[in-house]
Parts: sequence; C-alpha cells; structure tokens
Amino acid sequence: MDKFRMVFQFLQSNQESFMNGICGIMALASAQMYSAFDFNCPCLPRYNLAYGLGILLVPPFILFLLGFVLNNNVSMLAEEWRRPRGQRGKDPAVLRYMFCSMAQRAMIAPVVWVSVTLLDGKCITCAFCTSVPMETLGNASHPGLSQGEMKQVLARIPCKEIYDGQELIDNEVAVRYLRCISQALGWCFVLLMTTLAFLVRSLRPCFTQAAFLKSRYWSHYIDIERKLFDETCAEHARSFAKVCIQQFFEGMSTDLADTCCHPPRKAPADVGEAAEKLLGITDQGTMNTALKSWHRCKPPLHLHPPALASGNGWAGDGQPPAHPPVPRREAAAYYSRV
Amino acid sequence: MDRFRMIFQYFQSNSESAMNGICGILALASVKMYTCFDFSCPCLPQYNMAYGLGIMFVPPVALFLCGLILNRQSVVMLEEWRRPQGRRKKDLAVIRYMCSSIIERAMVAPVIWIIVTLLDGKCLICAFSGSVDPEKFVGFPNASPVQVQQLLAKVPCKDDELMRNNTSRKAVSRYLRCWSQALGWSILLILIIAAFLARWLRPCFNQATLLQARHWSNYIDIEQKIFEETCCEHSQLFAHKCILHFFESMRQEIKLHSFSLPRKGEGVEGEEDLLQGITDQDQVNKLLKMWYYEKPPL
Repeated sequence: MDKFRMVFQFLQSNQESFMNGICGIMALASAQMYSAFDFNCPCLPRYNLAYGLGILLVPPFILFLLGFVLNNNVSMLAEEWRRPRGQRGKDPAVLRYMFCSMAQRAMIAPVVWVSVTLLDGKCITCAFCTSVPMETLGNASHPGLSQGEMKQVLARIPCKEIYDGQELIDNEVAVRYLRCISQALGWCFVLLMTTLAFLVRSLRPCFTQAAFLKSRYWSHYIDIERKLFDETCAEHARSFAKVCIQQFFEGMSTDLADTCCHPPRKAPADVGEAAEKLLGITDQGTMNTALKSWHRCKPPLHLHPPALASGNGWAGDGQPPAHPPVPRREAAAYYSRV
Repeated sequence: MDRFRMIFQYFQSNSESAMNGICGILALASVKMYTCFDFSCPCLPQYNMAYGLGIMFVPPVALFLCGLILNRQSVVMLEEWRRPQGRRKKDLAVIRYMCSSIIERAMVAPVIWIIVTLLDGKCLICAFSGSVDPEKFVGFPNASPVQVQQLLAKVPCKDDELMRNNTSRKAVSRYLRCWSQALGWSILLILIIAAFLARWLRPCFNQATLLQARHWSNYIDIEQKIFEETCCEHSQLFAHKCILHFFESMRQEIKLHSFSLPRKGEGVEGEEDLLQGITDQDQVNKLLKMWYYEKPPL
C-alpha cells in the first residue's frame, strides 16, 4: 500500500511538472525552429502576402495542435466527455477546467513563434512590402510606371540582390520602416499576451475560488483513478496469465502422464521447489511437445479450479461439493447490479 | 511526525529560494533578450521617438507582468486577500508584506532591462536624435528646419548613404550616448543605495511586526502546499477504494450468477485473491465494458 502511495505521489507530482517541462521544451523548440528555418521571400507581387502571412500563422496552428497531441490528458478529457452517464454524474465544470488547463499549455509554443517572427521582422517585410507608403518614404514619383509595375518593383524590396527600384524608394529606408512596424507589433503582442495571462491568473482567486478547488480536485481524481484502474488491470492480467500458464503446463503434464507410460512423479517429498517448478516436464521430448502445443493450440482464456487428480482437494473442507463440477465452457450471462 | 517535519523544512527553505531562482532567471533572460533583439531605428522623424521609447518601456512592463505570473506567491496572496473572513481573521500586515516582497522580486528584470538599454545607448540615440539642438553641431547645413529634422532623424542609421561619412553624425551620436550612459549609471547608483538603505534600516523600525508578518506569510504558503498534497493523497485513497469496491461487486455478481466452486488449493490461493474471482475472458470483457458504461458512483 505504501509502495503504491509513493509511486502515485511521484506520478502525480510529476504529471504537472512533466507537462510544464513539455511546454517549455516546445517553446524552445519553436524558437529554435524559427532560427533554423531558411526564410525565402518569393519577391513576387501576389505571392509575398501569402507566403509571409502563411509563415506567420500556419506553424503556430500546427504547434497548437501538437501541444494537444503531446498532452496525455487529452484522451482522459475525451473519455470523460463521451462516457455514458451511468451511475456517476458528469460535472461540466471539471471538463471545462481540464480543457482550459490543456489549452493554456498548448498556447505557449504558438505565442512564442508569433512573437519571435514579429520581432525578427522578415515575415512582415515580405508580406507588406508592396504596401509601403510611397508619399512619405519615396524619393520621387515615376509617372511612367503603372500600378502593377510599381507593385512588381516594390515586391522585390526583401530581395536586396535583385532590387532595382532605388530611384523609387530606397531599399534600406523601406526595410527599416517595415521592420520597425513589425517589431512594434511584436512587442504589443507580447504585452497583450502577458496582460491576458496575468488577468486570467489573478482574477481567478477573486471570483471562483471554491468552484476552482472543486474542479481541480475532481480532475486530478479522474486522472488518478484511470491510472490506478490500469495498474489494477495489469496486475489482474499478470495473475490471470500466471494461472493460465500453470494450468497449461499441469494439463500437459497430466496428458503426457496418461498417454506415455511415464511413471508418476516419484520425486521424494523433500526435493523442494526445483522439482515443483519443473511441473512434471523432465525431458527434452516432453518439453518440445509442450512448446509445440503452446504454439499450435493456446489454451482458452478460461481458468478452472485446480483438478481433483491429487485426491485431497476436498479433504480440507470436509464436505462434498454442493454442485457437481459443471463444465464451464459456456460464458455465464449475468446482469450487474453494480 | 519526522516525515512532516522534514517536509516542512524542505518547503520552508525551498519557497524563498525557488522565488529567488525565478527572479534571477528572468533577469538573465531579460539581458539575453536585449542582446538577441535586433534593434533597428526607423530613422524617420515621427517614428523615432515612438520606437525608441517604446523599446525602452514596453518590454519592462511585459517582464514585470511575467515576474508576477511566474511567482506562485502572488496567487497565494490574492487568495488570502479575497477569502471570506470565516473563523480566521485577516491580517493586513501579512498581505502587505507578501505584496511588497512579490513586487520587489518582479521589479528586478524590468529594471535590468532599462539599465542595459540606457548603458547601451541605442534607444536614447534613436528617440532623441531629432530633439538635439543643431546649432551645437557643425556640419549641418543651413537648411530648412524640416530638412534638418530629417537629417537628425537619420543619425542613428550609420549605413544610410547620407550619413555614412558625416562627422556630425558621430558627434551627435556620441553626445546622446554620453547622456544615456550617465543616466543609466545614475539610476543604477540610486537603486543600489536605496536597496542598501532599505536593508540596513529595516531592523530599526518595527522589527517585531516584520518578523510576525514574515512568519505568517510563510505559514500561509506552506499551509496551501500541504493542503494540495493532502488532497492528492486523499484522491489516491478514494480512487483505490472505489476500484476495489468495483472489483468486489463484480466478483459478488459472478458468485451469484455462475457456478463458481469454492476456492481451494494453496498454490493458487494467493493468485486467486488478486484475480478477484474473475477468471474468464468474457468476465474480463464484461468488467471492462461495465467500467466504461457505468462507472461506480463516487
């Protein structure tokens, strides 16, 4: 019992820190991914906006979904949401709490990506270079250039090597302008996100503390119960398998004793455990038969009480069985009142 | 009892050091963020001041809020402030103490950002290059004020073609950087003197109240942690009992409705305990289905 308690405390205390760790790793991974990513603006009028905004918005969405995928509690939430009501009521507050805490953790990596992208400035420069205000930044107007041609020239601003509109607008001036706007947006975004996080964290104790404590307790409970149930099932499966295999070997040994003319076990009483563990199989041929039988014809998943061959099965009880041993091949149908 | 004492001491020593650790990490992160950040002044008359002052003041606000968010004690303090009085009186001195210690720790990273910004000088050069008096610097042609403003606005951009070899640009830049660094060092000196005085003079005033406030603020923190731990333990025991009860009820159902033989045989006895009377594939499937469709009531 103590061992269980220690293991579960470790898992419990570790689940939160484990999830926070995954959260931090994803945030670092997102910053690293951005710096490793080779940003290549296409420098064509309509493609720039699509590429720039795509790089700004699509990876965060993917990171958000990944945050959910990597969170173990998603399946727990789904299970609790979809289970039939049965004898236990469902509390929507608990489901909301679980969803909110998962969503908060999953939001961190996308927010880091968007902030780093905006603070770096390449995406916005690529996306909005055709919208630069020519009146304030331009050198002189070229009446010869149509709107489309001007856009084509402006679209090449991010690509310094092929930019040929120096008379129209200085490349450095335009890039500086766009990067300034991008960084201002980036810092405003960071400020907004931290303000939101601060409000969420600080307003909660002011309003719904009791409900929060309840939801938190029961969401932890559901998690622990699920883990404990899995543990119990695993232990049960282990015992099941052990007894099943033991009965298989006993069955083999009995069959062989019946068919071959091997004398019954005549090991003296004091040989001890080693002889018992041999389960009556004491030569190569028998072992091979046992192994072949295990492969060709596994025993059914149906344990029976120990056979009466030893002859003293009932002696301990001192009474005859109330019912004759019924072959238990058929599955009993029963209606649970649990 | 000993175990509780060890836990108490662990929490006691660890709460303060955990908060100091977070404070230090945020301070380092703020320096790192500044060095990684690619400062690029727009060099346009209306935008310079907004950009320069924005970079100097917006990140510190974000860092301050981060410092409040990451500090566990801020939630504890808010809970203590907003809880109903009930049977336990509220001591405002304790809440004030907690508030001041939280704010002190949260202020470290923003102050470091501002000081690093000032000592580096780029922000102030960008923000105030347009406000410099052009009369003081030779090299600016007697052009219209608008043009002079434009030229001054371009001072932070070394690579601009107009400014590349302009000696006046360097003069203005040096002048502004000198002011910026002087301001930075002065602020640092004032803050350190203030911290020094606060720490040395505090024992002279209200030491007893301070000790009380500190004790009870630690107590509230530890009490909350232990409450959470106890809730965890309780839910584990609750779950354990619930599942055992579920298996037990299933076993009773099986006993009632199937022809189960009385248990015997020492070798299998221990295992049968663990098997809880469930010894068949169908029974296991039924149990698992029942667990899903009809969880036992709490």
